[in-house]
Amino acid sequence: MATIELRQVAKKFGDVYAVKPLDLTIADGEFVVLLGPSGCGKTTTLRMISGLEATTSGRILIDGKDVTWKHPSERDIAFVFQLFALYPHMSVRQNIEFTLEAQNVSPAERTQRVGDVAKLLEIEHLLAQRPGGLSGGDRQRVTLARALVRRPAAFLMDEPLGALDADFRHTMRAEIKRLHLAQHATTVYVTHDQIEAMAMSDRIVVMSAAEVQQVGTPHEVYHDPANLFVARFIGSPGMNLAPGKMADGHLLLAGGHRYLIPAQWRGTLSQVAGGEVILGFRPEAATVSDGGSLAAEVYANDLHGAYAVLHLSLDGENPETVVHVRADRFAHYPIGQSVRFDLNPDMVRFFDPNSGRALRTQ
Amino acid sequence: MSETTNGESVGWQPSAPVNYSTRVDKVGTSARTARGIRIVLAFVLAGVMLIPVFWLGLTSFKSRADAIAVPPKVVNFTPTLEGFVNLLSDRSVLNARRLELMKERTDLTWYEEIALKNGQQITGISQYVGRLRNSVIIAGTSTILAVILGLLAAYSFSRFKVPGESDWLFFILSTRMLPPVVVTIPIFLMYRQLGLHDTHLGLILLYTVFNLSLTVWLLKGFLDEIPREYEEAAMVDGYTRLQAFRKVVLPQAVTGIAATTVFSLIFAWNEYAFALMLTTERARTAPPTIPTILGRGGVEWSAIAAGSLGFLIPVVIVTFVLRRHLLRGVTFGAIRQ
Repeated sequence: MATIELRQVAKKFGDVYAVKPLDLTIADGEFVVLLGPSGCGKTTTLRMISGLEATTSGRILIDGKDVTWKHPSERDIAFVFQLFALYPHMSVRQNIEFTLEAQNVSPAERTQRVGDVAKLLEIEHLLAQRPGGLSGGDRQRVTLARALVRRPAAFLMDEPLGALDADFRHTMRAEIKRLHLAQHATTVYVTHDQIEAMAMSDRIVVMSAAEVQQVGTPHEVYHDPANLFVARFIGSPGMNLAPGKMADGHLLLAGGHRYLIPAQWRGTLSQVAGGEVILGFRPEAATVSDGGSLAAEVYANDLHGAYAVLHLSLDGENPETVVHVRADRFAHYPIGQSVRFDLNPDMVRFFDPNSGRALRTQ
Repeated sequence: MSETTNGESVGWQPSAPVNYSTRVDKVGTSARTARGIRIVLAFVLAGVMLIPVFWLGLTSFKSRADAIAVPPKVVNFTPTLEGFVNLLSDRSVLNARRLELMKERTDLTWYEEIALKNGQQITGISQYVGRLRNSVIIAGTSTILAVILGLLAAYSFSRFKVPGESDWLFFILSTRMLPPVVVTIPIFLMYRQLGLHDTHLGLILLYTVFNLSLTVWLLKGFLDEIPREYEEAAMVDGYTRLQAFRKVVLPQAVTGIAATTVFSLIFAWNEYAFALMLTTERARTAPPTIPTILGRGGVEWSAIAAGSLGFLIPVVIVTFVLRRHLLRGVTFGAIRQ
């Protein structure tokens, strides 16, 4: 297994940046997810690591060796494609063996290694078949077997679960995670699904508009988003963002509500020029209670099974001032009713509305 | 009132199980007759299509008299190999004295007997065999060249960013936009200057160039259908692009290559105008030869029919060998669509 290092790696198509200069160091055995909406450059980044896409500038190091201009075949990496890309004219066994053939592994060892991964992934009974007749899940397992059998320096996966049915994705997610833990394999995983990213990764690289927005553990990315994009993108629904103006220790929100700024934030916020900030909080940071300091009108009410999410309009009519608040699933909140709630002072965040960046307590 | 709300008759009811086939193509006898009609129709159509070939075969086994008989004879004639003997041999007419001498000999072979019946003596092998061989060499080589070059060009157009790609493709296709006959005279003059007149190489080059436009376009279409992930997977698996092309792309392009091969072979094999203009002896192919098989004192229809039949056989063999690939799908669905 190996480390992967990207130094100022960039990709331009014509005059447009697909990936702006990017620095990233992935530790040995780490599971890193590149997360972002489509077109954000995450797949291009992965393809540059694999060598399938040439870099415009910057250097890529795998295990300390500069591979920037090496052919994909010389990088010792395994790539799992979203479309599986199993060779249709070969049997499952031949598909898995194909990479060992390139490495001149002896036939006896090939059989041994194919047998091992087939057993690990429980596909022994499929080895003689052609991939065309397999189910989506079995194809996915064969694809993983093909990647695992060569024992590469790193695994690169491009939305490997994107083509599977939703309920099966859960199973495969756990399987990939277990494989990762068992193999202790350096893995770079691309997805646009934030739930997948949160569930599987050691670290998440959030990308948008060809740029890295934040690199952090799932906990950091969720609770301490670096900017407004990450705050909105992570979480379902995303973080509530309410713009306000500071006045004598309070934040004036839409609808004339006054939010008392928690003590630990006062120092930081007093230095903000103009006094305009954006208050951010997750739906679970709010607690509905009759004695709550903030009030809003119920705009809509979603039942999520284990809990309900209330859409509350701060000024009573404008959908743009809606915040989402988690509430008891049994309580009944008719639309139009006024609801009072409090915010957990440890779970609120503030953003600079001009730069979009998160403010930090001192 | 309480009875109705009790749910005796209202509410959800499971539908009755379906025990009969609901496939629309399996319903009733009318569908079966329709199927029968379709089969009969297919046979009739195939029959109509094959009548010329059938007639060709029939004529090649007729004597000269039977071949031109009115009304035409379909079954009531004695089959003879006269046409084939006349096709494959050069003969001279015997005068009365030599005819008598020949008739007394007992060491004649069966084909000499057939010639003798028409008062002729076989003097050698006809040009037909050599020209059929020329056809095989020229059409075969030019087809192989056109398919290999076309495959490489089509792969490049399909996979790489070629500057001015659509212009190049249009330019390649434009060679097909006028009837080839139009350029025969300039090419004739050029070939004479270059010493390519009446050479195998001359015709091979010409047919290759004419076929390239077809092969590039056809093969590009087939290669575009093969997702590039396959090659990428192979390259990550440790193969160079050329190895990936050979081991992963080629096996999947077999269908397209087979179809393209058959099309360009048929063009090169059937070409008449250039072959007539640009060759005289050494490199002359079969198409301009067959119409010249005229006997003395009348057209040798059976020989011409035999010649045409022989001309069909190589193409039929190639198509037959490749038919399995022609019928197979391009990909087998290993990639989710």
